[in-house]
Amino acid sequence: MKPPRSLRKLTEKLAVVNVTEEVIKVEGLTKIFNKHLVAVDHVSFSVKQGEIFGFLGPNGAGKTTTINMLITVLKPTSGKASILGYDIAKEANAVRYSIGVVPQEYTADEDLTGIENILLCADLYGIPREVSKKRAEELLELVELTKFKDKKVQTYSGGMRRRLELACGLINRPRVLFLDEPTLGLDVQTRAATWNYIKKLKKEFGMTLFMTTHYLEEADALCDRIAIIDHGKIVVIGTPDELKENLGGDIITLSIKQDADITNLVKKVERVKEVKKDDGMYLIKSENGEVTAPLIIESLRKEGYVVTKLSLSKPTLNEVYLQYTGRSIRDTEESPETVFAQRHTMRRARM
Amino acid sequence: MSTANNVTKSKIHGLWALTNRELKKWYKAPVVFVLTLIQPVIWLGLLGNALNLSSLFSADSIQIPPDIIMQFSPAQIAALSQFFNGLQDQIMRSTFGTTSYLSFMAVGMIAFTALFTTMFSGMSVVWDRRLGFLNKVLSTPVSRGVIIVSKVLSATLRAMFQAAIILIIAIPFGFTFGAAFTPLNILGVFAMLFLICMGLSSMFIAINVRSTRIETPMAVTNLLNLPLTFASSAFFPIERMPEWLQVVAKVNPLSYTIDGMRQLLIFDTINYSQLALDFAFVGIFALVLTSIGIVLSWRFLNK
Ligand SMILES: Nc1ncnc2c1ncn2[C@@H]1O[C@H](COP(=O)(O)OP(=O)(O)OP(=O)(O)O)[C@@H](O)[C@H]1O
Ligand SMILES: [Mg+2]
Repeated sequence: MKPPRSLRKLTEKLAVVNVTEEVIKVEGLTKIFNKHLVAVDHVSFSVKQGEIFGFLGPNGAGKTTTINMLITVLKPTSGKASILGYDIAKEANAVRYSIGVVPQEYTADEDLTGIENILLCADLYGIPREVSKKRAEELLELVELTKFKDKKVQTYSGGMRRRLELACGLINRPRVLFLDEPTLGLDVQTRAATWNYIKKLKKEFGMTLFMTTHYLEEADALCDRIAIIDHGKIVVIGTPDELKENLGGDIITLSIKQDADITNLVKKVERVKEVKKDDGMYLIKSENGEVTAPLIIESLRKEGYVVTKLSLSKPTLNEVYLQYTGRSIRDTEESPETVFAQRHTMRRARM
Repeated sequence: MSTANNVTKSKIHGLWALTNRELKKWYKAPVVFVLTLIQPVIWLGLLGNALNLSSLFSADSIQIPPDIIMQFSPAQIAALSQFFNGLQDQIMRSTFGTTSYLSFMAVGMIAFTALFTTMFSGMSVVWDRRLGFLNKVLSTPVSRGVIIVSKVLSATLRAMFQAAIILIIAIPFGFTFGAAFTPLNILGVFAMLFLICMGLSSMFIAINVRSTRIETPMAVTNLLNLPLTFASSAFFPIERMPEWLQVVAKVNPLSYTIDGMRQLLIFDTINYSQLALDFAFVGIFALVLTSIGIVLSWRFLNK
């Protein structure tokens, strides 16, 4: 789908912006609730223009609290942050004009229609009606809700609601978009579709995105860089590949025909970090396993050994997550859905 | 681009959008809308007539034994009956200021509608917080003051509209305007309503804005409503209340609102110094509570 013309114009404008510019800068940001609950603990990072930066962490890690401080909803207890050079505390209003927010909850008004909700968002930015009407139509098209724009949000599915939130978050043409758990509670297909919208925003509009998630696949598929956050602290920041590499690289598993110990021989091969013999199989840790594996085979062949089996496995973010948070993602996988279900019930209870 | 260059936008943008959002929930939901219209009908029809106090004092309700009647000539009985009916008017007038209890009560009902409408709109703040809507609005450049004022304004507009409906509905039920009534007085009634609604809704919003659970503010609200409702002149004149209740009623802004509206609508003579006092009291109440409410909520939203 081609973006509407005016949105494309926006892209061109954005492309002019210096690519290495640090759009979000955060230094020692801290939030303490009720004098003792440290929700966010001296967090520092920066996000470059056009980057998708992800906060990955379990429930209660402090992801939403961090976002709420950056979008000027909560005042930090200490620390500094700026967005596009505007200080979040001193120039909050300038920050508010230049960011878009897609919150964790569904905030659209049930009793209003899709388009009414978008126009309400536009009014909050003081966008004149002639302009906002046109933009709303474009955004509805972007998130494929044009057909449902005059239906009350009550009748929307979860995926449609998320897309509506996305459209609302884009109404002021933000240069930075904050997404809090954008695919929480969505089924697999809808999640994949949402990823596509997010990628599109980055690719076609050069937008800078800050998102939180507790889905590893999501962070891996979308984010240029990830910060793993646990108990309010950032435990590690890097590209998904860097983080995986930090674990010591890929694991090559092989066995040979002969009954000999080849540990020392393999260790001499370039990039090999660690060799373990286990039940007749050799477990070899190495960076760039796909390059190392042929080298190992080659050096073994020179010595007359015959490789009978070989497999290569890449580490996943799951292992990274486990290593840094001490918890498997599986431990936390159930709860977000439960939390979401509760929120959903709450929304129903209102009517 | 709508960034930096727009920062100097008007300070109150978004006010109407947020107010209208609240109003839309009400006028776009036909069931809710019809119910708010039916409610006064039920009140006036059932209570206004069932509690028709004036009938207590009429000649018909006095059962005179036949052997006594025998002692009087028909002319004397007619005169006596007339005397009793005149007495009824006298008693009604001196107690309620009008001969129609329904009219007396209808004005009390208008004040109640204001109380309940503002109360419910105060509670909607809790929902906005809980469902994340408030956070979304806080992340936009809408002024914090506008967010609160929009709540106050929507409650006020809604209560004023409902008051008008009650008045219109009350007429076929037998609502009688006082001799001193002129159409211009309606303006005074709405001014009064505007003031009390501003004050009340600011108060309820301040009570609710800190809470993410509905239970706490609900308990506080109920506690406040009791004296506001019963220690007021809505259903019964203050002078006939026990003394301790009079003390509460005399500081209850609803009493002054109701008295002011009764003077303007149903009394035959307007006591201007009393009316001025009514306006002054309600005006000060509105000013003080609106300021406190807005400052408290503002502080909270800026936390
Ligand atoms: N307004 C608040 N008052 C007190 N404590 C709070 C408040 N908001 C959050 N917290 C606490 O701060 C911690 C971090 O919460 P936060 O919502 O930031 O987590 P999260 O990473 O977004 O989790 P989730 O995945 O469940 O959304 C939690 O322990 C939470 O209970
Ligand atoms: Mg969260």
